[in-house]
Amino acid sequence: MTAAVRAVVRSTPLTFLAIALFYPLWAVLSRTLGWDGESPLSPVFEVLTDRYYIGRLAFTVAQAAASTVLALAIGLPVAYIFARFNFPGRSALLALTTVPFMMPPIVMALGFIALIGPSGVINRLMMDVLGLSEPPVRLLHTLVLILIAHAVYEFAIVVRLVSTVWANLDHRLTETGQMLGASAWRTFRHVTLPLLMPAVAAAAALVFLFTFTSFGVVLILGAPEHATLEVGIYEATTKLFRPGIGGALALAQIVVTFATLLTYARLQERVTNRMPTRPRPRSGVGYTNIGGRVSVGLAVAVVIVVVSPLVALMVRSLLSLDGGFSMAGYEGIFSNERNSFFFVSPLTAMRNSIGFGVVTVALAVPLGTVAAFALRGRGSWWRSPLDALYMLPLGVSAVTLGLGYLVGFKFGGLDLRTTWVPIVLAHTLVAYPFVLRVVLSSLRAMRPQLGEAARVLGAGRLRAIFALELPILSPALLVGAVFAFAVSLGEFGATLLLNRPDYTTMPVAIFRYLGRPGSQNLAEALAMSSLLVVIAALGFLLIERARYRGWGEF
Amino acid sequence: MFQAFARVSRTFGAQLTRAGLPVLFCIALTGAACTSDSHPRELILMTHDSFDIGEDIIMAFEEEHDATIQILKSGDSGEMVAQAILTKEAPLADLMYGIDNTFLGRALEAGIFKEYRSANLNLVPGQYRLDPTDHVMPVDFGFVNINYDLAWFGEHAAQPPADLLDLTEKDWKGLLVVENPATSSPGLAFMLSTIARFGETGEYTWKHFWADLRANDVLVANGWEDAYYTSFSMYGGDRPLVVSYTTSPAAEVFYSEGSYDSPPTGNMTGPRVAFLQIEGIGILEGTDNEKLAEQFVDFVMDQAFQEDFPTRMWVYPANSDAALPTVFDFALAPTDPATMDPTTIAANRETWIDEWTQIVLR
Repeated sequence: MTAAVRAVVRSTPLTFLAIALFYPLWAVLSRTLGWDGESPLSPVFEVLTDRYYIGRLAFTVAQAAASTVLALAIGLPVAYIFARFNFPGRSALLALTTVPFMMPPIVMALGFIALIGPSGVINRLMMDVLGLSEPPVRLLHTLVLILIAHAVYEFAIVVRLVSTVWANLDHRLTETGQMLGASAWRTFRHVTLPLLMPAVAAAAALVFLFTFTSFGVVLILGAPEHATLEVGIYEATTKLFRPGIGGALALAQIVVTFATLLTYARLQERVTNRMPTRPRPRSGVGYTNIGGRVSVGLAVAVVIVVVSPLVALMVRSLLSLDGGFSMAGYEGIFSNERNSFFFVSPLTAMRNSIGFGVVTVALAVPLGTVAAFALRGRGSWWRSPLDALYMLPLGVSAVTLGLGYLVGFKFGGLDLRTTWVPIVLAHTLVAYPFVLRVVLSSLRAMRPQLGEAARVLGAGRLRAIFALELPILSPALLVGAVFAFAVSLGEFGATLLLNRPDYTTMPVAIFRYLGRPGSQNLAEALAMSSLLVVIAALGFLLIERARYRGWGEF
Repeated sequence: MFQAFARVSRTFGAQLTRAGLPVLFCIALTGAACTSDSHPRELILMTHDSFDIGEDIIMAFEEEHDATIQILKSGDSGEMVAQAILTKEAPLADLMYGIDNTFLGRALEAGIFKEYRSANLNLVPGQYRLDPTDHVMPVDFGFVNINYDLAWFGEHAAQPPADLLDLTEKDWKGLLVVENPATSSPGLAFMLSTIARFGETGEYTWKHFWADLRANDVLVANGWEDAYYTSFSMYGGDRPLVVSYTTSPAAEVFYSEGSYDSPPTGNMTGPRVAFLQIEGIGILEGTDNEKLAEQFVDFVMDQAFQEDFPTRMWVYPANSDAALPTVFDFALAPTDPATMDPTTIAANRETWIDEWTQIVLR
């Protein structure tokens, strides 16, 4: 590979960021800050001195931190079980954990209503069994439900990132520890945990960022007093017409995100241990004994709890309002009986959703991988800031960025704003940081001598990457692909502001049904949501399966 | 027929070849802007997410004028207006439909519309003429109102409230869900109706009313969808009173697939409970298709278009010649709705929302 080609490849992530992130941000912020002829700094000053906005910032950080802790607490034990045991249905279960991650919040809300609403399954059951006259579980519009919902959403990040690395740890290390007389706990604390830290930290960072910019979950499942910064940006920009305040809040969000990411990247570099990975053949390990069975049972139980709102949703899609069986929703979505201009057959919506998903995977996986390779070394002062920069898209306001695309993507007579281009850019922008994180945590756990050895043996740099490193990375690449696909399937923030009927995706179609009163509309929304659950689960399973075909687990 | 096919195929894959690849080629080959070779003229209509119309209606216009209508759904009316204002120098569309009296003042201030007075304005009764400056032509109107769950009030042997003040009484404690005016259009409209009813000065102002509502355990949802489909008792929530529209009970019958002969929900009556919302269409400054856009405005105000949308968007046609579908018998046309001048709304919206937030949420 010539130096020129290498330079071009290496610069793609930054070029992409310049086009898809910095240019539109500049386009919108240069307009909104200084709106109404005020000084660009005055809204910034206003936001920083207003106790109300400071309160929102504090709330945003606090709920994100709490959600992260909760997601780790539920996710880590399950990650261990997935890493340790191979059991029938394992990959199906893994695919299932990722489904909540991509559900539009309004759909999740419909699921939660069916499950824990005043007349939901759990309340009715408890009222019957305990003979209560009032529904005992009252979680709707509480902070607790926001945290639970966040944990349900981000559970998959923890499980998948951590189990991928955990499964590949050299098991001889822990065995040696135990043989030398260390207790299981001691071995875990002093051997396993340090080796796992990069993956745990990566998962925590992703969860934190996702919940820090949470919009739909907070807006729909929370109460208005739980507004995050992102909700504040939305209100200021679209309802109060104070674009300056919206811009200043977006800027504050970016600064906090960048500072968090920088701290994380620094820590990450320090804690990373380069330890040999040595995947154990997982087939059948231990699950047949009692402990194994209990563990696997536990993991299955946790996953069932996590996906229970979706199960409730699917059951509800088959019931009419009075509780009888009904397919009316499914029949409705397949026929345009009212002859609407906006009718989109579910098949078309599916094709659009899958189309965007596939394109996003195709762009995000190479992009994230190239970015990860640039960050693999250590010691240079620029690595941590670059790492933080690469991850920045996850912390940027979708509302602001959506407007940036609308303001910036017209170049003379070339108007890209109403084409598919901004949608693909937006999806890829949110998707590639996942690939980057997953690949980087595997890369950093890889023995650097491997590549050197290959080169000593005469392989070129390119050959070393393609013949050696990429195959070792394939589990990580697949997990990255799953998340990229999931991000695209469920992406709502940017499509909220960049929404064209021609590109009607499944979440957009669901939203259309829910815009009108009437039981048939709800039934159709529930039917379409259930199809989305199925498509997502199948999609993830299919990507998961790729592992067993050729790409092979190493 | 051919056009119908073209529309169906206007999906991702088709778009990729139709719009995307030529664009990429343009960039690659010339590095300069390419003007599109638009033989059927393209008219872009920016609208809110609730817009819906018959396929045949749009096709009739397309055939008559050898044009293609592209529709850009841009969120709710607030999001749409914000987008149009921020992209004023390079407008996203030729026309905007769905701007209402709660957002009109701001849009006029920003100067996003061209003046155009359609001849069809004569068919619209005076009280529905939205914009005296003739930048936005009225298309439809509706009423934001409180709906109640008939079954719930039946089971609890209770009466629905007869006046807004009843909502502050103990009998109706914890029964109402409203939308947040800072995030929702019906929420804003309902807040405005309370301002119109109780006023800003005097012994009992709208602020007193909201303080009392808060003390009476009002629930605030962020959007109509979650208020109606997750908090309203009819759909599994625990609130039998919801801020929705006077036409929602009719829509419940229409979308019940025959299981209701009469609505399962009722409209609260009483002075100034309902708020009159008028929606209009305007031509955006900077359009290259002014003539065609004007023809589209006329078309939207014509009888055919006006008679098509009531059972799609659940609003009343502004054109008094347009006949209403019979299901609208289940809707309520309030005798004493609240309404408010768009310039007053524009001048006070932010202050009122701030005050509301202070009273109800903090």
